[in-house]
Amino acid sequence: MNNHTNNDNVTVRTIDLVQKGLARRYKSEKRFKMIGLCAIIFSLLCLAGLFVSISGSGYTAFLQTKIELDVFLDPSVLNPNNLSGADFHGLVKRSFYNMFPEVKDRREKKKLFSLLSSGATYDLTDFVKANPGKIGETILLWVPADDDVDMLIKGHMNRDLPESERRLDDVQVSWITRLEKQAKIEKKFNTTFFTAGDSREPELAGIWGATCGSFYTLFITLVLSFPIGVAAAVYLEEFARKNRFTDVIEVNINNLAAVPSIVFGLLGLAVFLNFLGLPRSSSLVGGLVLSLMTLPTIIIAGRAALKSVPPSIREAALGVGASKTQMVAHHVLPLAMPGILTGTIIGMARALGETAPLLMIGMVAFIVDIPAGFTDPSTVLPVQIFLWADSPERAFMEKTSAAIMVLLLFLVVMNSAAVFLRKKYEQRW
Amino acid sequence: MPESPTPIKRRNQLVDRNIRDTVGQSSVPNPRMRCKNVSVYYNFGEKKAINNISLDIGQNEVIAMIGPSGCGKSTFIRCLNRMNDTIDGCRVEGQILLDETDIYDKKIDVVPLRAQVGMVFQKPNPFPKSIYDNIAYGPKIHGLVQNRQETDEVVEKSLKRAGLWNEVKDRLNQPGTGLSGGQQQRLCIARTIAVNPEVILMDEPCSALDPIATSIIEELIDELKQEYSIAIVTHSMQQASRVSQRTAYFHMGDLIEIGPTEQIFLNPLHELTNDYITGRFG
Repeated sequence: MNNHTNNDNVTVRTIDLVQKGLARRYKSEKRFKMIGLCAIIFSLLCLAGLFVSISGSGYTAFLQTKIELDVFLDPSVLNPNNLSGADFHGLVKRSFYNMFPEVKDRREKKKLFSLLSSGATYDLTDFVKANPGKIGETILLWVPADDDVDMLIKGHMNRDLPESERRLDDVQVSWITRLEKQAKIEKKFNTTFFTAGDSREPELAGIWGATCGSFYTLFITLVLSFPIGVAAAVYLEEFARKNRFTDVIEVNINNLAAVPSIVFGLLGLAVFLNFLGLPRSSSLVGGLVLSLMTLPTIIIAGRAALKSVPPSIREAALGVGASKTQMVAHHVLPLAMPGILTGTIIGMARALGETAPLLMIGMVAFIVDIPAGFTDPSTVLPVQIFLWADSPERAFMEKTSAAIMVLLLFLVVMNSAAVFLRKKYEQRW
Repeated sequence: MPESPTPIKRRNQLVDRNIRDTVGQSSVPNPRMRCKNVSVYYNFGEKKAINNISLDIGQNEVIAMIGPSGCGKSTFIRCLNRMNDTIDGCRVEGQILLDETDIYDKKIDVVPLRAQVGMVFQKPNPFPKSIYDNIAYGPKIHGLVQNRQETDEVVEKSLKRAGLWNEVKDRLNQPGTGLSGGQQQRLCIARTIAVNPEVILMDEPCSALDPIATSIIEELIDELKQEYSIAIVTHSMQQASRVSQRTAYFHMGDLIEIGPTEQIFLNPLHELTNDYITGRFG
């Protein structure tokens, strides 16, 4: 049958043929849409699964078990003029033993005291230093419990297990039960987690040190890679002649973007630490390494953004007699900015989550102090996650998840900023 | 070559279509711009876009370039203010004289050249800025205005000149891209005349516009020729006949025929021109 006539000489209208195939066309269209929808649902489910699993195991880290101590601030121990030398440790010990007068044996006493975190002493010290007027009074102080107690209270340690399989023995559990009955043990909001640096004791470990480290590192990365990246992109896209040399450069930039990040770490180790002698473990070196890693991303995104500026705008600027630099600075760059910023933020988000190259330059060291500058030893969030995930204590597990939540929060904020910036500048006209 | 403006039995006198030399009077007394043997190559000499064209643009005249697509008329007009410089691998040979100096001379700076020879493009391309800034941009970068008051004056004068003032005077701070197509094109013309050029090049300025906007722009062109020399590329022969005093017919990179517009459209001298204007091209 041909399109227009059949054997009976009756004209077949094109529209009939179109109608015949219509159902099939719609079906395949529907199928195509379904595939896309399924893909999105699948990825959303994965994401939801990730979030639920992480927050499910991590939310408990935002609470910390604390024990209430009645402390008599003994003036004979605490000399207001020499507080630094005072025996706060002994004071805490005595106060805690007073709550369990029946415990006499020295070994028992040691077991009892191990229920308290070593942070209790620091808390008391801080309290007294802040309130020297209270010396001589009896105060109520909530001090952190040991991580094992914390785990027991949070239900991560099973009380019904045989004694030998628990980290706390029956006597210790009975003491905790007694404290619970007296309402002297309670879960409180864990401010330590947000204000402290790393620690060997899970109950004293916090994310703030790593957050500061991440901040300093990213600051260096941004300050270095954004201007250099934009300048390189502008030059390559707008000024450089297209010849073999620029082709080679382009290939190499694309290659750099794909180089495994650990290689950048090794480069940083060889050049910044060993050759230039910059301070090890510092956010300065971390930022330098990460900017090497982020630069290609920014250059590629920048070039794409510059390319997408319509040539009519360039012609318009040149047509009224703008020089090439004026054309770029006044018209092309502002129009490309949203794209460049998006690329930059995505690059920065990648840098924020980068671990491997930082391991190479010593940012994996155990650092308790909160870094106060670019040359202080520091660590960053993903490395902190790596370190905690590696720690044997059960309590670090929830800390790991909580740190991941903090990191994800940062990523969400940064990516939303990217979307926001793009929307804002795109809608300008 | 026959130069007579009124050939009687023209069909017999037409120049054969295989002869590709320019027919007609290409030079005028006291030209504003004079092109001598201009050839343009693209792709680093691989492709010759226009071939050995000599043409004068007179004072206060509108010269129209017509011809089928790909004939090189846009390429030619873009040579006149060196817009082709931006294309990689484009080479221009020959001489284009403006005030007796070759604009392709090494000593010539393109920035002042483009202030002298302005350009309006095929697609209206206002900057994504306010109407005011669109006009003020050129005068500002060239230092033609010193303060806000002078800028205001230039903006008002240019918009009035382009016949756009009454339509936009209450919304100078709104984006130029929010105007209609015809208004945008007039805004682009206003932007061009704001720097007070001597020659205005128009590359199919009405091809994206409806007939009403087109007629407004044509009237504008007619008015502007009092002050400027205008070279216009157009696909519309009616437009060429309406606005121009001289017309040049391009075909496959060659300037086939040039002469007074009336003559080109009524008594063409070349078979190719005749084919094109009578719609028998091909």
